[in-house]
Amino acid sequence: MPEALQAAGHPAVLAHQFDDVEQQRQATTLGMWVFLATEILFFGGLFAAYLVYRTWYPEAFIAASRQLIVWAGTTNTAVLITSSLTMALAVNAAQTGKRRALLSFLLMTMALGCVFLGIKAFEYYAEFLEHHIPGPNFQFDGSEFRHAQLFFSLYFVMTGLHALHMIVGLGVMSVMAWWVHRGVITDAYYGPIEISGLYWHFVDIVWIFLFPLLYLLGRHVHG
Amino acid sequence: MTMANIAALPPRNYLNDGYGIKSWLLTRDHKRIALLYLAAVTFFFFIGGSFAVLIRLELATPPGDLVSDETYNKLFTMHGIMMVWFFLIPSIPATLGNFLVPLMIGARDVAFPKLNLASWYIYILGGLFTLYALVAGGVDTGWTFYTPFSTVSSTTNVIPTALGIFITGFSSILTGLNFIVTIHRMRAPGMTWFRMPLFLWSMYATSMIFVLATPVLAITLSLVAIERLFHFGFFDPAVGGDPVLFQHLFWFYSHPAVYIMVLPSMGVVSELVAAFCRKPVFGYRFVAFASVAIAVIGFLVWGHHMFVAGESVYSALIFSALSFMVAIPSAIKVFNWTATMYKGSISWQTPMLYAIGFIGLFTIGGLTGLFLAAIGLDVHVTDTYFIIAHFHYIMVGGTLMGYLGGLHYWWPKISGRLYNEFLAKLSAGIIFLGFNLTFFPQFILGYLGMPRRYHAYPPEFQMLNVLSSAGASILGIGYLIPMAYLMWSLRYGPAAGSNPWDAVGLEWTTSSPPPTENFQRTPVVTWDAYEYVEQVEDVVA
Amino acid sequence: MADHAASKRSYFAIYAVLMVCTYLTWQVAYFDLGPLNTVAALTIAVFKAALVILFFMHVRETRLAWVVVAGGVFWLGILLALTMGDFLTRGWMTRG
Repeated sequence: MPEALQAAGHPAVLAHQFDDVEQQRQATTLGMWVFLATEILFFGGLFAAYLVYRTWYPEAFIAASRQLIVWAGTTNTAVLITSSLTMALAVNAAQTGKRRALLSFLLMTMALGCVFLGIKAFEYYAEFLEHHIPGPNFQFDGSEFRHAQLFFSLYFVMTGLHALHMIVGLGVMSVMAWWVHRGVITDAYYGPIEISGLYWHFVDIVWIFLFPLLYLLGRHVHG
Repeated sequence: MTMANIAALPPRNYLNDGYGIKSWLLTRDHKRIALLYLAAVTFFFFIGGSFAVLIRLELATPPGDLVSDETYNKLFTMHGIMMVWFFLIPSIPATLGNFLVPLMIGARDVAFPKLNLASWYIYILGGLFTLYALVAGGVDTGWTFYTPFSTVSSTTNVIPTALGIFITGFSSILTGLNFIVTIHRMRAPGMTWFRMPLFLWSMYATSMIFVLATPVLAITLSLVAIERLFHFGFFDPAVGGDPVLFQHLFWFYSHPAVYIMVLPSMGVVSELVAAFCRKPVFGYRFVAFASVAIAVIGFLVWGHHMFVAGESVYSALIFSALSFMVAIPSAIKVFNWTATMYKGSISWQTPMLYAIGFIGLFTIGGLTGLFLAAIGLDVHVTDTYFIIAHFHYIMVGGTLMGYLGGLHYWWPKISGRLYNEFLAKLSAGIIFLGFNLTFFPQFILGYLGMPRRYHAYPPEFQMLNVLSSAGASILGIGYLIPMAYLMWSLRYGPAAGSNPWDAVGLEWTTSSPPPTENFQRTPVVTWDAYEYVEQVEDVVA
Repeated sequence: MADHAASKRSYFAIYAVLMVCTYLTWQVAYFDLGPLNTVAALTIAVFKAALVILFFMHVRETRLAWVVVAGGVFWLGILLALTMGDFLTRGWMTRG
């Protein structure tokens, strides 16, 4: 029987190219994993650049990294990890048919995402005031002026690209929340929640690597 | 081949399932999307070809008298960009791949039809950005965008071009993603991996490269644009950056990209050789695994583009050794195609002509690639016409031949019509002749020392350049003739019937053109990919 | 999906471990361990990522997801390894 079982009067959505709901679910999940693999390589290019320049200019990277606001980075790490928890709980709620819990967890995830972006915006503004944005107005005290620019170029592009992915994630979550509200997501059809969760966790994982590589260099250096 | 009258076209097929521009521009049918791509890539092919015409016109005489050197820089840049990203890379995957992948596995469509349509729109958007950059003055960095010229010194439209290519890259990624999921999850019952036609193995290997390599190009071009716009010095020596890092990141994509270009064509050749020798491809599993091996090893060789750029000697050694290795699976394929032909019942229809054209010309291109893998020789011929001849033998003699062969082989399936065989054979011959006349002299020119990307050259090189330009005009004519008779056949060609070649394959079991849902009932596969009846040898007692 | 209630409990447990690891990585950075600083930071990061991939993303649900993740990471490894292979050996002498 091509259509899935009806639950609570809501039909599951089966696209015409698939034979059954299970095939559809497997295909969409695989599709999201493949997309995440492309994202690994997308960020990967930046990690390659980081690796090269950090190997070449360790002192400059240490000196520049010390200028970042550690409490902001650490707090953001905690915020994102918490948002991964709420996202996992949201998926769990979808799988167990708990609509209100699902909506709450989705909104909590979004709220935490906004907190992250707020702190990030604060950091960027502070760095702008310190003239740490690379380019003609870049200023940096100390002998590492030249190479510190490389660190900051990488910092802004890596965290900027990550923030862009967060914003997209918030957009996706908004759509998910809307679909839950409108009853598009049902006990029988919650695939979009699962794959949105995969995306969100990936964005968290990127930050898990960005945090120590950008913020925690040279914290042990005093003076 | 049966000659049926026009009335024998199936009454309900994907071409007449909905009329009007909206039914095409909003289609979810992979077959219609394939035709949308066909129109688009053909358009960009002729734009890229126009630049080639101007280049060859300029190079017919030693002095740089047709265009200024700045303009010449723009000509070869735009030729490369158009041909690589807007023609060669999408050519087979987005046209033949989109059309055939679901048919060959017995599915109704790809896994994500809406994403498929989106990929076409993304491709068009990227193309428009790049065309805008062209119209607004062009780009002169070479298709390779080497820094620091592209990031600091060039005064041309680098950013819109980079943006256009960046956008188009997502079209590639989505196509690859779609094929991977489709092949994994949507094969018909009984269609095991080793019953799949070899074209599908090639498309799968190509999709691996799409998905893993293209994102690195995306980030690299983004960095170029960011450095140019905001002066973030990623590759700028003034702040300690390394231009060679750009080259590492660029070629990490661009070398596998050449396998994106050639693997699908190899897949086509496997299909053509089997069908026109009426034999299973010799060593099916070897050819299947060789496709994957080419994709994998192809990721390990990018440094051979940088032997003289300043990479370390030890790094160069490793890349050189790996570059020798990548030839092995390609050679396996050539041997296996040849073995397939041995004692096959060969018929010399147009697609077969293109197939053997591919085998011969790809072999030459591939062998010269081995020459280039040897660092000492590469140092001598790098940045000369030898390199240009090498990659054109593969991309034009290889990919384009396979593309044309596939287009002719599946044209009856796609359109329901037969084309004029005489004109088709004539064009194949003209193309083969024109191609060799254009590019063989370039091997000699390069070895003698003529540099690439120069619009003026010493008078002693003129003879070979004139031969090359003459060849290019013949080649150009050769490309125009198929446009004419293929378009003509759409209206006046005889109906093809479901299997005009009497070939084996799921796509030939459905009507020509197929219905929108491809098959009336999902096939159940119990046979191998090329179950032609083996020819019985004449045994001389 | 197997046991949803057990999943929910495990999410909180994993969360706790992730938070502890974050605290650890932050604190360890203040001690001078020489090159071990980087090793420690990356080890903890990889461990955290593995926890997320295994328990929040349920990568083990299908073998294919595993292969895709491993493939992506491996390919990134190729990019990093062969690029660094150049940069690390630039200064090596070829002859005495």
